[in-house]
Amino acid sequence: MPQTSPEPVIRARGLTKTYGAFTAVDAIDFDVAPGESFGLLGPNGAGKSTTMRMISAVSRRTAGELSVLGLDPETHGPEIRSQLGVVPQEDNLDTELTARDNLVLYGRYFGLSRAVCRERAEELLAFAQLQDKAGAKADDLSGGMKRRLTIARGLMNTPQIFMLDEPTTGLDPQARHVLWDRLFRLKEQGTTLVITTHYMDEAEQLCDRLIVVDKGSIMAEGSPAELIRRYSSREVLEVRFGSDRNAAAAEEVAAIGRLAERVEVLPDRLLVYTPDGEGALERVVERGLRPTTSLVRRSSLEDVFLRLTGRSLVD
Amino acid sequence: MSGGADVTQVRVGESAAPPSRTGWRAVRALYSGNARIVVIRGLLATRTSNWVVVVSGFFEPVFFLLAMGVGLGTYIGDVELPGGEQVSYAAFIAPALLAVSAMNGAVYDSTWNVFFKLRFAKLYQTMLTTRLGPLDVALGEICYALLRGVAYAAGFLVVMQLMGLNGSWTALAALPAVVLIAFAFASVGMAVTSYMKTFQQMDWINFVMLPMFLFSATFYPITVYPEAIQWLIKVLPLWHAVELVRGLTLGVADTMTLVHVGYFLVMIGLGLVFATSRLRALFQD
Repeated sequence: MPQTSPEPVIRARGLTKTYGAFTAVDAIDFDVAPGESFGLLGPNGAGKSTTMRMISAVSRRTAGELSVLGLDPETHGPEIRSQLGVVPQEDNLDTELTARDNLVLYGRYFGLSRAVCRERAEELLAFAQLQDKAGAKADDLSGGMKRRLTIARGLMNTPQIFMLDEPTTGLDPQARHVLWDRLFRLKEQGTTLVITTHYMDEAEQLCDRLIVVDKGSIMAEGSPAELIRRYSSREVLEVRFGSDRNAAAAEEVAAIGRLAERVEVLPDRLLVYTPDGEGALERVVERGLRPTTSLVRRSSLEDVFLRLTGRSLVD
Repeated sequence: MSGGADVTQVRVGESAAPPSRTGWRAVRALYSGNARIVVIRGLLATRTSNWVVVVSGFFEPVFFLLAMGVGLGTYIGDVELPGGEQVSYAAFIAPALLAVSAMNGAVYDSTWNVFFKLRFAKLYQTMLTTRLGPLDVALGEICYALLRGVAYAAGFLVVMQLMGLNGSWTALAALPAVVLIAFAFASVGMAVTSYMKTFQQMDWINFVMLPMFLFSATFYPITVYPEAIQWLIKVLPLWHAVELVRGLTLGVADTMTLVHVGYFLVMIGLGLVFATSRLRALFQD
């Protein structure tokens, strides 16, 4: 749970980044409390990574205010980078070095002594469940192992804030769960996490609070449960009629009355937002509609995003 | 240590952030005084490289010396130096080849290898998310790059000694001279490479290097050229390198030596400034 603290570890006001005529981040405001697990949720190109890079003091803001651990990245870049752990979107491990040397060298880039780095590398190899692979070249590790090593590397300087950009993109489900477990442990130990993702389940699993971003702006802010309560219904009925008949069926489905709060037409299916999915499905069938498949599920952040932007998160 | 190592337990007393000092802020944003670790990283990575390829670079100037200095040299006879001294053709071109080997080694590591680390391995991008500044990275990579050039040149200097091609005790000073030359070429090599985006652009480097190698008074005295061409050659760095080393190994160094040294100091300064600012623009923009 987020601790209540008067002093946020990250504070952004009107934070803006433009590249020529393109506005990547458009005057956003947010605070991150110490120990909080904070998410930036949005599709590719929403401005999440740019925001992460500005916080990490490797990209200079165009306008607005930004304070990280009470310091301005513009004037205190090295001090801020010393206290941050960074896991970039793409693993950029040092492929010519072993897993262990990747950790030791990275720690030494921070000016930490060799003895400290060696000790810490062993601990983090254990944390990342990579002891067996300590002597293997980083290039020879599997995708999930590389990701875990990148995360371990980001912890070498015992960061106060741990920044993860799309931590599980491209991993298989099992590797994702291993990774989530490791991040949970960090969270339990009180590390402040800042995570970008375009996976709803990931945001729901890991984030205490999140902002939904699209085209550089914040669309909504809150805990996953709050956002779902505010922007979606309790349940969702998904029905498919075949791609050429979905649009026509939508009007019929909307006519079932109060059980269909809202109907979204996607290319392959209809989403019926409803307090009672099974009840809504009965009504649909009563009206003589015969969906080829149907599914009742709880609302997710995906639905929140669809509601807020009119688009799905993952194309 | 168990698989569930408690990460909070290992928070060591050593802080990654040194206390800040105002006034030095601008410098410290560029430099954390830790270029050494960048060199160490290069050496660690070298352990896994292909040693046959690395060692083969040493033999290149040796082959040139044997084929041209010894072989072709028997037809050419002696060469007259500007001061009137006569030296064998092999002794004339050997210092030039020494300068070339320093240049080649330094340029190879500071161009193609830097290009790979910059564009593909994203090594500098990673380094610059840490406490390291762009000057740490530039200086460290340049120092690492000059090592190969200096290693080749040191080996070649021994070959020259064994073949009796060093005419003076000042040949000893050729070694620090070669470090200076390699440093200068590595600095400019890294600076130029940091602006390169494609392999085609990288090929321009070879396009510049080959004629410079052939025409910088390497294989014959510069006096064979008309005066205008001589001035053009004298602008190029390899001519300064060749003249600097030749003066030292043949024992005919004069006040021009200082001009050559100054030329390379300027090269080092410019290379460092451009490489550093380019890294900052690319990765800490």
